[in-house]
Parts: sequence; C-alpha cells; structure tokens
Amino acid sequence: MTDRLLHSSSEHLLRELAPQVLGSVVRRFHDFAASEDAVQEALLAAAVQWPREGVPDNPRGWLIQVAARRITDYLRSEAARRRREAEAALQTSYEMPTTAVENESHHDDTLTLVFMCCHPSLTPSSAIALTLRAVGGLTTAEIANAFLVPEATMAQRISRAKQTIKASGVPFRLPSNQERAQRLRAVLHILYLIFNEGYTSSIGPQLQRLELSHEAIRLTRAVQASLPEDGEVAGLLALMLLTDARRAARTGPDGELIPLTKQDRTLWDRAAISEGVALLTAALSNGSVGAYQLQAAIAAVHDETARAEDTDWPQILALYDLLKRMSSNPMVMLNQAVAAAMVHGPSKGLELLQALDSDSRIVGHYRLASVRAHLLEMAGDHRAAITQYQIAASRTTSIPEQNYLITQAARLRENTAGQRLNLSIAPDKLPDPR
Amino acid sequence: MKYILLMAAPKAGFDTYRTWSEKDVQAHFAVLTGINKQLSESGEFVATEGLDWPDQAKIVRGGNNGAPVTDGVFPESKEFLAGYWIVDVESPERAYEIAARISSAPGPGGTALEMPIEVRRIMTRKRDELG
Repeated sequence: MTDRLLHSSSEHLLRELAPQVLGSVVRRFHDFAASEDAVQEALLAAAVQWPREGVPDNPRGWLIQVAARRITDYLRSEAARRRREAEAALQTSYEMPTTAVENESHHDDTLTLVFMCCHPSLTPSSAIALTLRAVGGLTTAEIANAFLVPEATMAQRISRAKQTIKASGVPFRLPSNQERAQRLRAVLHILYLIFNEGYTSSIGPQLQRLELSHEAIRLTRAVQASLPEDGEVAGLLALMLLTDARRAARTGPDGELIPLTKQDRTLWDRAAISEGVALLTAALSNGSVGAYQLQAAIAAVHDETARAEDTDWPQILALYDLLKRMSSNPMVMLNQAVAAAMVHGPSKGLELLQALDSDSRIVGHYRLASVRAHLLEMAGDHRAAITQYQIAASRTTSIPEQNYLITQAARLRENTAGQRLNLSIAPDKLPDPR
Repeated sequence: MKYILLMAAPKAGFDTYRTWSEKDVQAHFAVLTGINKQLSESGEFVATEGLDWPDQAKIVRGGNNGAPVTDGVFPESKEFLAGYWIVDVESPERAYEIAARISSAPGPGGTALEMPIEVRRIMTRKRDELG
C-alpha cells in the first residue's frame, strides 16, 4: 500500500483532501477516533480505485461519502452494544455539502483539525504522529517507516493520542480568540518539529523514506492558507522554504555534512528562495514581527548571498540582537556569538559564549563546544579548537554531525603538525595562522 | 529519542541460570514479557532480542581465512551480551526507568536480580536543520 500511495498520481490530491474530508466527517459525526479510522479507509480505497478507474468528478465528495458509509457501518455494528446512541447517530443521515458550503468550510475544517492534533495535552511525539496521520493523510505504516519504529508501535501511539483527545473532551471547533494565540504557538512548534525530523540519509532506499520536511512544508502551507494574515505562520513557512532550499548543497556524495560557508550555492533552489522571500516580505510589511519571521529573515540573508565571503554579517548580527530580545533561547545566543565573531572578530564571539557556560540548558550541548571550536580556530588557537571539536563530537547524537566534527579535529591536527614541521625546516617562515 | 538497553552477564551468570528452578525461570520471563507488552502498549517498543549462550560465541577477525580465531573459550570475567531492548521514549529518564524495571526482574527464589543494564542513546542520521 505504501508503494501504491507513493507512486500514485492521485497521492498529492489525496493528501490535500485528507484533512478537509476528516474535518467534515468529524463535524458531522462528532467521534474523532471513529471518523479518523473511516477516513483512512476511504483514502486507502481511493488509492486503490482512482489510479484504475480514474479520479471522480468530485473527489472530496467521493471520499466524504465513502468515509460516511464506513462510519455508519461502524456505528451500526456498535449499535448491538449501544443501541440508543447509535440510533441517534443514524437518524442524522449524512447529506453532501453544497459547493458553496464546501469552499467556505474546508479551510476552517483543516485548521480545526490541526489545532486538535497539536493539542497541548499530547506529548510532542504523539502530536507529530497524529498530525501526520489525521492532517497529512499518511498511513500508519508510512509514519512508522519515517520514524523507524515498528508499525504496531506507531499504531499504538496514534491510538493513545486519539484516546487522550477523546478523554480531554476537546470539542471539534476552532479555539476561542483568547486561546488561539497560545494554541497556535503549539501548532507551529509541532510543524517545526516535523520539519526538523526530516533528514536526508545516504542509507536505505529513498522510496521507503517519507520526506518529512516536505510533509511539514505541505502542512504549514495548509495552515497558512487558513490563516493568511498571521505573520508568524507565514514566517515559519518562509523559514522552512528558505532552509529546505539548501538541501541539495548541504550534504556531499557520501552523506557528509557541508557547512553553510562551504556549500555550492548554485545548487540552492532558487524557486523556493523566491517564494520564501516573498512570503517573508509580505509578512514583515504587515507590522508585527515574531521569532519565526526573524529566523526566516536571517535565512534569507544567507540565501540571497551568492558567495559566502559576501555575507552581510552586520545585518545578521542585528537580526540576532532583535531575536534575543524576543526569546531567551540559548541557541539564539549561540548563533549571535557566531555573527558577532564574524563582525567584530573571534574574541568578541568567545566572550559572548562565556555567558552560556552557566546556562544549564546548553552547557552540556555539543553545539556550544562546536561553536567554541570554530571560534578558537578562527582565533588561531588550534590546540584548544581540537579539544573543543572532540568534546562536541562526543556529545552529539547525530552521526553526520559527529563525522563532521571528528573530521574538523583531524584536519586541524594535521595542519598543526604540518606547521611544526615547516617551522623546523624553514624557521624564517611564519606559520599561516589559518 | 531511541535508546538501547543492554543486558550483559559474565559467563558464570549464564551457568548459574541453568540451575534455576522451572518456577523461577517462568517468573523471570513473565516479568520480562510483561515489560515488553507494556512497552508495546505505550507506543515505545522498537525491538528486543535475546542472544544465544556464550558457549556458542565465536570471535572473528579479518584474516585467518575467515575462520573464527577462538572456539569460544573466554576468560571467566568477560561479560557477554545476553539480550537487548530498543525503546523510543520521550526522555532519558524514561529509558532509565525501563532499564531499572528490567534490572529488577526476579531471579532464584523471587529475589530481584539487579542485573546491571547499560543504557546507551542510539545516534540518529538526522541533524538539526533549523535554529
């Protein structure tokens, strides 16, 4: 089924329609878990039938009808146990929505669904799984595959998430305005995590690996279509596009990590960059500035610079200064230190890092050691840089990062040894500080 | 985040195990099976396997025409992997908690074995894309 879904030309359409169909069915039948199962069955039926028999004239209506039939069957079988409730549900026979109602409601339905799946009572991993299934229309097998866990485990995770939502008694409607801003932060964070979960791997057949980054972009687009006026939603979408644009340049032929300054920028996706910049420009012109917009703005400065040495570091530093006022995230301070080093020299950056040594959120994190290593190398203190690269390598849990950091330490060791040799052979020649 | 929980014991431990009563063996496995079941239900289970006994272990190195370089005679103090669990959990603390429960599985007479369980984070192939 996975292969069929992936290869099917209707795949994109199905994923687009999934949240609208589910939203519509949940609104009608009020039972999230049962509706979700019914819609999954309808999607699978479509994945089998449509490539063979052609896409129906009203694909959304077709899916709603099939799902409604399934859920009616389900409720009917439940009736043996709970006759009265089921009868009430069956009396309200499902009517096809008119086109006008359809267009008006499906954005709201998608959005309501996203709010429901990214509910704060769920753990991030449950919210991610449920969002991918209910909003993304992915099968449990596909999600399990993407996270490299058995299908039964993922099925259990999704089923528990649905129970949690049921138990929390969240009604199927958009949160109130007061609640909206806070809940939207949780939604954006989950979408951000899904994007971050995406990775390119040099191992395993590509077909079996779902591109989670693309899925996150697709879902964020859907949220953005529902909330076109929200600057932070646009900011997050822009950030994803501007980051994903560098995908082809970010890894070498063997999956090795290539840092931003060394990437072949001709490989960057111009179309994605243009779209991200346009989104960001429109969002910023609306007035309010948020953290995602600022991060997107920083990504845009890099993306619009053809050569690494022409990077407008003063502008990036100014953006990080703004970002720091908005969030106390130590990662922001870390990046600010890099920008400061590029503008004012490595000693300024190293000085800023000292403040982080007493921050328990980051003191044992590999990124602190890795940034310190880079700055020490810039400052010409290769011995200390080697130590920091090694500390960073021992702390990261990412294999590509670890390989990169070990390589950096090895490169410096060889350079340093080479310099010593040069010194002894030609003492009149000073070693190159780089 | 994924963790591997490694259960190892010296060869003597395996030898003692052969002398357990049937009841003790059953009680031991009932607990481990229960843990597996709960991990499946909580959506944290990834894999578990038990390995065969040290008597069957071979050490292989390149060369020697591909034949094992030992026939399974190892020093008594050497620890052998008995089995492992891979779990996908929300926090390291949760991994330690599961390891502690495995460690407390009963041995002879129902006394907790308190076997040391080595907990190691499994590295990922993904990396931070943002931030």
